[in-house]
Amino acid sequence: MNALAARRRHPAAIAILLLLGLILMGAAYAAIAPRPAQAAVVSADQVTEGKQLFQANCASCHGLNAEGRKTGTGDYVAGPSLAGVGAAAVEFQMGTGRMPMRSPNAQAPRSDVVKFPAEDITKIGAYIASLAPGPAVPTDEMVDPTKGDVAKGGELFRVNCAMCHNFAGAGGALTRGKYAPSLMGVDPDDMYLAMETGPQSMPVFNDDNLSPQSKRDIIAFLTATHDYEKPGGMALGSMGPVSEGLFAWIFGLGILVGCAIWLGQKAA
Amino acid sequence: MTDSGLPNPQQPPNPHVDRIEDPMNEQDTHRPGDVASGEEFGTSAVRLDEGHIVGHGGIPEHFENPGLPPHTPRTSDLNEAAAKRAEKVVGALFGLSILGTIGFVVAYFGVDIRATAYVPGIGVMGLQHLLLGVCMGASLLGIGLGAVHWAKTLMPDAEVVEMRHEMRSTDEARAAVVQTLNEGAQSSQINRRPLIKYTLGGALGLFALPVVLPVLGGLGPMPQKSLSLTFWNGGPSGPGEEPTFKPMRLMRDPENTPIKASDVTIGSVFHVLPEGLLTLEHGVLEEKAKAAVLLMRLNPQDIKSQKELDWGYQGIVAYSKICTHVGCPVGLYEQGTHHLLCPCHQSTFDVTEDCKVIFGPAKRPLPQLKITVDAEGYLVSAQPFREPVGPSFWERG
Repeated sequence: MNALAARRRHPAAIAILLLLGLILMGAAYAAIAPRPAQAAVVSADQVTEGKQLFQANCASCHGLNAEGRKTGTGDYVAGPSLAGVGAAAVEFQMGTGRMPMRSPNAQAPRSDVVKFPAEDITKIGAYIASLAPGPAVPTDEMVDPTKGDVAKGGELFRVNCAMCHNFAGAGGALTRGKYAPSLMGVDPDDMYLAMETGPQSMPVFNDDNLSPQSKRDIIAFLTATHDYEKPGGMALGSMGPVSEGLFAWIFGLGILVGCAIWLGQKAA
Repeated sequence: MTDSGLPNPQQPPNPHVDRIEDPMNEQDTHRPGDVASGEEFGTSAVRLDEGHIVGHGGIPEHFENPGLPPHTPRTSDLNEAAAKRAEKVVGALFGLSILGTIGFVVAYFGVDIRATAYVPGIGVMGLQHLLLGVCMGASLLGIGLGAVHWAKTLMPDAEVVEMRHEMRSTDEARAAVVQTLNEGAQSSQINRRPLIKYTLGGALGLFALPVVLPVLGGLGPMPQKSLSLTFWNGGPSGPGEEPTFKPMRLMRDPENTPIKASDVTIGSVFHVLPEGLLTLEHGVLEEKAKAAVLLMRLNPQDIKSQKELDWGYQGIVAYSKICTHVGCPVGLYEQGTHHLLCPCHQSTFDVTEDCKVIFGPAKRPLPQLKITVDAEGYLVSAQPFREPVGPSFWERG
């Protein structure tokens, strides 16, 4: 220590200290910064294969070079341009079975039948990501609900998401046949991807709007809401006054009508 | 024809009936009371008038009061064993109520609030709430069902008519009341001493004021300009406040961080509050209810209104989140169609056309907040809302 202390006024000391500090900062940033997962695994082969898959399966709506196509009637779009949507959008749309779309319609519904194996989806994602920079697929750590703050996530969810997806994430109606799907039991990966890419009617919540940490908080809140034991038993779809009112009308009034009939009957 | 108006098949009851058999129906030779029939049942197509009893149209002058139906005694009236059985049922129902109440108390004190139970058809639920509900239901239903069963089986059920007595008092009694009142007025000297009469009237009349005033006062202060102002006018905008405008940064709700124009990518939506609102000491909710803003970025080519473009910043536009119908937060933004939907009554606003109403009960477009960027690149308000936000009110004009 004495040797170091003696040289602390050496002209090179400041430069060495600065260098050390920069190295430390760089190492710390590399350790905590969100890493785009696909950056490491993409190869030129994948992009070429992805393009072939895309042209065979997606180009009829999205155009041969993913430039988007119109239907020819008014401003209706057969498939939007995919420049800049990134691998994340491909992963979400194809990984949840929404794409390829079953029929041209107001909404592409989620489907348990995923039409492509995971590696093909990755290849198409690599191709789309090569067109223009876009959001990447999150790492496992970024979507780990156990690492999120449930209370903060609840606050963020109520301001940013609850108006469409309902206070408990049960989903709700939008205009002209579109709807916000239920978030009950949705894979945390898909929740993250949806926020990041803004699929279909959903707005984009980029990392400047909801930071990756905030997204993880929201995922933690939704997971906790889904796993929460309901002391009242039946949640009636967590839809609030509509389903509760229907229940009260059918069962509550039904019982009351039965009582009234019994009261009015003469004893034998 | 007979006076009773009963059908007489032998002869036409009255000329009115004869008129029914009009010449249009010449082959129809039915008499009143006859059953019209075809040649053989089911052999030919059925005409509308077949199978019907032809009425004679006679209506009696008035219907006799049929009186009460004959009283039929119940089994418990006739059979002592049945009465005993009814007594036991009533007793059992009251006993059920007693058990329910005891069970309620036991569940309230004896069951752990965290304990759960599985109920078929409902799922896993809190055991204590389940027991409290079932026991209280039993205790209330037991009393009700027991009392009704008692009344229906054992209490007398013979129909009786109780005539209403005359409402009007006798003339003597009415005269006596008037006399008493006159005597009272006379002896109290109220007619002779007008000072007492008028001061008493004034005292009693004014006494009503303290009762009425708190009701009016309880309505709170007059809104003054507060319905026309928002926090964007420069600060707190409650009754009596006169904020002066200064550009305010647009802050994320709930993080309370400023927003750079570059943060808002196309298709994004930000929920925005003015700078300083969330750090207010009090009145946060009142200010929030007026100042909430939705920030969206569209492709500038999609925006059809020049004013919307001018009041925005490179396709970033800010609109009041308070519905012009009844003030719900209009938060459902569809980035594909650029529709903004209000969840309460489905008013839909088109963001590409200056948020004009394209569906639903709202009458006015959402007010736009003019925005720009400051020296550091953060979005700031360029002027307050130019019209009152939210639903209509009397003084809005």
